[in-house]
Order: sequence, then C-alpha cells, then structure tokens
Amino acid sequence: MTESGKPKLAMYWGASCGGCEISVINIHEHILVVDEIFDIVFFPCIADFKYHHVESYPDKHIDVCLFNGAIRNSENEEMAHLLRKKSKVLVAYGSCAYEGCIPALSNLTTKDATFNKVYFDNPSIDNPDRILPQTSTDMPEGTLTLPTFYHTVKSLDQVVDVDYYLPGCPPEPPQIWAVLQVIVGGLLEGKPLPPAGAIVGAGTTALCDECEREIQEKSIDRFYRPYQLDPDPDQCLLEQGIICMGIATRSGCGALCPTVGMGCRGCYGPPEGVIDQGAKMLSAIASVINAGDETMEDDELEHVIQEVIDTIPDPAGTFYRFSMAHSILRRVKNGKGDS
Amino acid sequence: MERITIDPITRLEGHGKIEIFLDKKGNVENAYLQIPELRGFEQFSIGRPAEEMPRITNRICGVCPEAHHMAATKALDALFDVEPAPVVKKLRELFYSSFYVTDHSVHFYALGGPDFILGPDSDPAERNILGVIHKVGVDIGIQVIECRKRNHEVIKILGGRAIHPVAGLPGGWSRAMTKEEQKTILGWAKENVDFALFTLKIFDDIVLANQAYVDLIVSDAFTHETYYMGTVDEKNQINFYDGLIRVTGPDGKEFVKYPAKDYAKHIAERVEPWSYLKFPYLKDVGWKGFVDGVDSGVYCATPLSRFNAADGMATPKAQEHFERFYETLGSTKSNGRYSPIHHRLATHWARIIELLYAAERMQELVEDPEITDPNVRPIITNTPTEGIGSVEAPRGTLTHHYKTDENGILTDVNLIVGTTNNNAPIAMSIKKAAKGLIKNGEVSEGLLNTIEMAFRNYDPCMSCATHSLPGQMPLEIQIHDADGNLIVTQSQYID
Repeated sequence: MTESGKPKLAMYWGASCGGCEISVINIHEHILVVDEIFDIVFFPCIADFKYHHVESYPDKHIDVCLFNGAIRNSENEEMAHLLRKKSKVLVAYGSCAYEGCIPALSNLTTKDATFNKVYFDNPSIDNPDRILPQTSTDMPEGTLTLPTFYHTVKSLDQVVDVDYYLPGCPPEPPQIWAVLQVIVGGLLEGKPLPPAGAIVGAGTTALCDECEREIQEKSIDRFYRPYQLDPDPDQCLLEQGIICMGIATRSGCGALCPTVGMGCRGCYGPPEGVIDQGAKMLSAIASVINAGDETMEDDELEHVIQEVIDTIPDPAGTFYRFSMAHSILRRVKNGKGDS
Repeated sequence: MERITIDPITRLEGHGKIEIFLDKKGNVENAYLQIPELRGFEQFSIGRPAEEMPRITNRICGVCPEAHHMAATKALDALFDVEPAPVVKKLRELFYSSFYVTDHSVHFYALGGPDFILGPDSDPAERNILGVIHKVGVDIGIQVIECRKRNHEVIKILGGRAIHPVAGLPGGWSRAMTKEEQKTILGWAKENVDFALFTLKIFDDIVLANQAYVDLIVSDAFTHETYYMGTVDEKNQINFYDGLIRVTGPDGKEFVKYPAKDYAKHIAERVEPWSYLKFPYLKDVGWKGFVDGVDSGVYCATPLSRFNAADGMATPKAQEHFERFYETLGSTKSNGRYSPIHHRLATHWARIIELLYAAERMQELVEDPEITDPNVRPIITNTPTEGIGSVEAPRGTLTHHYKTDENGILTDVNLIVGTTNNNAPIAMSIKKAAKGLIKNGEVSEGLLNTIEMAFRNYDPCMSCATHSLPGQMPLEIQIHDADGNLIVTQSQYID
C-alpha cells in the first residue's frame, strides 16, 4: 500500500444490518470527495482489507474509524478493542453502536430463549439431535471456531471509550456529510473538533421541533394502532392517539416518519439532557392523556389513566425500541451473569 | 494439516469467514464457510405488536430493508386476512421495483466491478469501487451515483425513508402518491430503463467480449447442478412482489409449485455446530450433505435461480435479454423452457437482466392511472391469528411467518431469509472453487480472492459508484477443471 499522506478512514460493523454502510454511500456525489480526502484502510463491506491488515497497522494509524453495529458477541468486542487501539478518533456510528438499536430488544429476552427459538422450536427446523452452534468444533480436518454469543447486547461505549456519537438508524446523509466535513477540518486544517463524547450530526431538541404537524395541546381518551385509524394529515399524531416518539427523540432526521403518517420510533435517541428515552416518553404520554376532571377521586383518576395506558401494546418494546442497551433498564433481569 | 483462513470475507453485506484445509500435498482437503453471527430477530420480536414488524425486520438487512419491509407487510395482509386494494398492490410493487433497480445496479457495479474491471488478482488496496473509479474515471461512476440517488428518492417519497422505510400497513400503505410525484417518478423510471441497457452494454464489452472471463464463467470450478427456486406469476414469468414459489430440478423440470403459506411443507432447515447460520433444503428430496444433483435437497435462490425456475420475463426488453442469455450460454429450448444454466458466475449477468425488468416494470406501474388513487390506508378491524408473507428479495425468496394473540401481539415468528436459502450452495461453491484453484500448496492473495468470487455472485455487497470502460482488461488467469493444472496468478499483494 502506498503512503499518500491522506488521513486514513475505516468503517467497521459489529452486530449490524449494513444500513449504516449504505447511509455513507447515500451521500451520493460527495463520496467522490471522500475518496479524494481519505485513504480507506479498512471497510469490509466494500474493500478487501482483512483482520490481519488491521492488526499489522501501528497504533493510532487510522485517523477516523466509523464503528457501526452493537456488541453482540466476542468478535464484535475484540474488534472494538482492536479498532480503538488503532484509531485516533473512534465514532459510534448509528443507533446500534450508540445505544443498541433494535437488536438490543434481545435484552428483553435471554440467550437461551433465542437459541431455543432459532435452532429448536420453529416450523421449519430439522434438528432432531438438538445441535447448537459451538464456539469450538472438531472436524476431521481440524478445529473450527465461532465467536461467543453474548447474553446481553451492548453499545460500543460499554466496551471501549468513544470519541463521538452519530445517532440515527441509520444517520441521514446530510448529517453524515456535515460531520465528515467537521472531522476533515480538524484533521487537515487544525480547526477545533467537537468536545470528546459529543453527539454530532443531530439537533439538540425534540423531533417535534422539526415536524410540520400541528400541535393543538389536545388530550386523548385512548391510543390507536396504526391500522385502526387513518390519521389527519396535518395534526400531531400523538394528539390523534397514534404513538409517536417524537417528543422523546432527538431532532435531526427532519421528522421523516410522521411526514408519511407513521409515528416516530425514536431512532435518533433521547434529546440533549434526557438520560432515558423510555422514561421521557412515559411522562410525555401521561401529559397527553385525558385525565378526567378535578371532581374525581385519586383512585378513580388512576383507574382512568391506567385504562388509557392499557391501550398501548408493548410499551417497553416501543419506548425503548432503539435505546434498550443504553437505557437505565439495560436488560431484563434473568439471574445470570453477563455475556 | 495446513490451513488457510480468509477473515473476514469482504465485499458483501455481513460477516463471514472461510477456512480451507490442505492435505500433505498442499491440495484442498475441505473448505468451510462459517457465519459467526446471530442476532435473534425471531425471538426478540415475540411480544411486539405485529404491525411493527415491517419497521423491525427491515433492520435485518440495511442493504435490502425494502425486501423485509415488504415480506413483513404481506405477512400482515395474511395475518389480518385482508386483501389489499389494487392501488395498494401497485404502489408497493412500484416501490419494490425501484428498490430492485438500485439494489441490483449497486451489486453489479460493486461486485462485478472490482473483480472483473481490476481483475481478481489486482492490488487488494485498490480492488474496490474507488479503485474502479480511479481506473475508468468518474463519468460512469456519476451515472451509477445518479441512478442510486433517484431510486433512493423514490423509496423515500413512497416509503418515508431512503433506508429502513416505514409505510407498510396490513392491507395498506401509509401514504398515497400525488400526480406530481407520478410524473417525476415516470421520468426516473425511463432513465432507469436506459441505465439498465447501458449496464448490459458494459457487461457485453467487458465480460462477454473477454474470452478469459467467459472461460472463467463456464469453468467447472464455478459450476453446480442444484435445484432452483423463484417466484413466478400465472404465466410462469418472474415476479419479485407476488406469485407462487416454483422449484425446478437440476434437469430443468418443475419439481413443485406452491403458495408461500405452504413453505414449511417444502423447506426444512438444518443446524451445523460450526456456523450460526442454518442450512435450508427441500424436504421432499431430503438432506444428503453438501452435494449437487437431483438426489440432494440443496437448492439455490438467486437471480440465476429465478431465471432457471421461470419460463421467461414479463417485460419485452428483459425477455429479449433473457433469451439471449440462455442462447449465448448454450442452453436448449424444449416445451417453451430453456434448459437450466448452472454456471454460478452467470448470476452476475442474470442480475442485470433483472435490473432491466425492474426498470421496465417500474415504468408500467407508474404509468397506470389508478396508481394515484388516494384510498391506500384502510381501517382494519379483523382479529389477527397467523400470517405468512413472501417476496423475492434480490438475494432469494424471503419468507416471514407470524402468529399472534387476538390483540395482535406476536407469539411466534419464523423467518427464512434470502441468503439463508443459499447457505449450503455458497459453502459448496467455495469448497469447489478452492479445490479447483489451489494446487500443491501454492496460494496467492489473488487466488484467494478468486475463491471469494465464488460467494460474491450469490450475496453481493452494496456499494456506490461506477463502472468501467471496455478494453485492456487484465486477466492472465486460466482456470482448468478440478484435476487440471496449477493456476498461475501474479500477485501484486504486499502484506
């Protein structure tokens, strides 16, 4: 490999879907500029560098590493440590690396239940000998190894130090491009970089601030599933009784989902200053419920509120859809040690 | 025993590792493809409201989230027992066709690009899409970027988001298309048709015009005779959105044709201790190991498989290319069907003919006056129970199966995903390529990359830009059959 003197860029995936890689490519013509500015030194999705290449790099050889995907198994964690060591700036890129994302809904169940469902108990399985994938298998030709599947899905910063967080599932291209420009400005022109630990490529306030739907401070008597109502196109979805996480979600995407009549699910994580997205959503829900009137006794009031709350199916899996790993819950209790 | 490890395999979506074992003479004793990852969607989706599945399962794959979104949405149709209105079906298929255009074009330019344009044994630091741009200039790259851009815009307009769309609902779609959008999208659809034809021309000039590449494509090392799966319409023509699942044998005869809801009668999945990914096979044939032939239940579900499983394509230009594909590769036609092509690297060609079909289909759908009907979001009151939905994902037939309680909360989920279908065939292809290519322990980086080409044709990666100009392609590579001579590759690879 030639030494061009350009900053070196890496992009790696832990437990991920590949959508983050696609989001980078969706900066479209700007990708040609990225090519001009950076040397890519590791990017399994599009380039042929192997683990041994990364291992051979000196420490801090990589200027910027965009790490997407959660920490789901021992390989993900080993790669997080390796890339931390080899990188000057490590970015938790996208919701999985930042806060666990949808794969962290696994923290609502257990490793045993997952293996049972996938390998023993489903309509198409043929596994009479109850074989499970093993971390080490002796074959006639030699031993084959697999990473250890962890009990708990973790965010990147739960295993290594992270310099910046870029939220979103996946992040939106204009934000990605803006962040890359800031990092390049820091690397090439000595411009100030954001403070360590900063959340970059997103707003600070709630998503509602960028949603065009009108808020009328209405309260509601019940919630509706998205197929039980054809919502008014101009009014706030939550005020129509459709669960929308906008009020507990960081702005930055441009309120894409509410724009097409579907509630936000919170993929940008909590707004600035909010620690727990689910808790924030619960209090927001309480504020839109029609809580009867002042003549009611406390018991009666509680009953009315509970009845409305009961029309929300799966509050944990909805309010923590993207942030389970980073939440105060982290995972359901199961009486087992971690990982 | 000496072993060679390729870790991670690259230019694909997701994780994988190849382990090759050599005997004392340095020839391949065995080779394994290991998938080191599991995320467990089937289990953690339990307890979620079923209608969230189009928005949860698209996170299985960020390269083809539209496929999961659509399979999930169709599973909801079945779950709530609701037949979508014609406008809903057309909107969904339009969205899906646009997705196919971007997905297939990216795969072709990102996979076929580096391996064919730069050569299988070119410098690995350059053997990627950016290397392709360096080699051929940005003009073609910009065309590919523009194609991705306009189709991701269609996906965003119709589906709400360019990646991980949200619009699918049981029996419906969350937003209608305006007449203005229809006009814009029609213009883009026409550009897509031109782009597909341009891509096929590039394939002609770079691959088909180069005898070394043609020899590689038809070489025994990249050939397998298995069953083939694909979704067909009532005329047995390929359809990506809906139809019956047809399986044909290595001999080209129809083996079975069934509605998606019967999938579990026909497909079973095995577990091996050395991989987290299961190995599906045809139940009625049975599992005989990682072997070819009519007695082995191994089947394949790829663009090549869809070709072999179908009788033709439903749009005129694609049909012309379909016929040319079979005739060029030496197929014979009887009773209205071409004999199957078993050369796995021909999948790259089939893929870009499908790209043309998707573009033509997109144009047909967007020209339909009914497609701007605003009534797309019905209110559903049926009690859900169980539903199965399937589509053709770019990487193969994709099936979602849900059971719920009377409140629509999921109690059971089973998914057979596009690439999973191909787990056994990919493992076989890697082993055969390794056996055919590695002789007497002589291994180079370029040779190992050629072995990786054995999986890339099945499970192409994503990626951006560009493609190549005709002429001066590399390739001194010579592939012989499994008991042939050593392949000489000049590696420019410096570790």
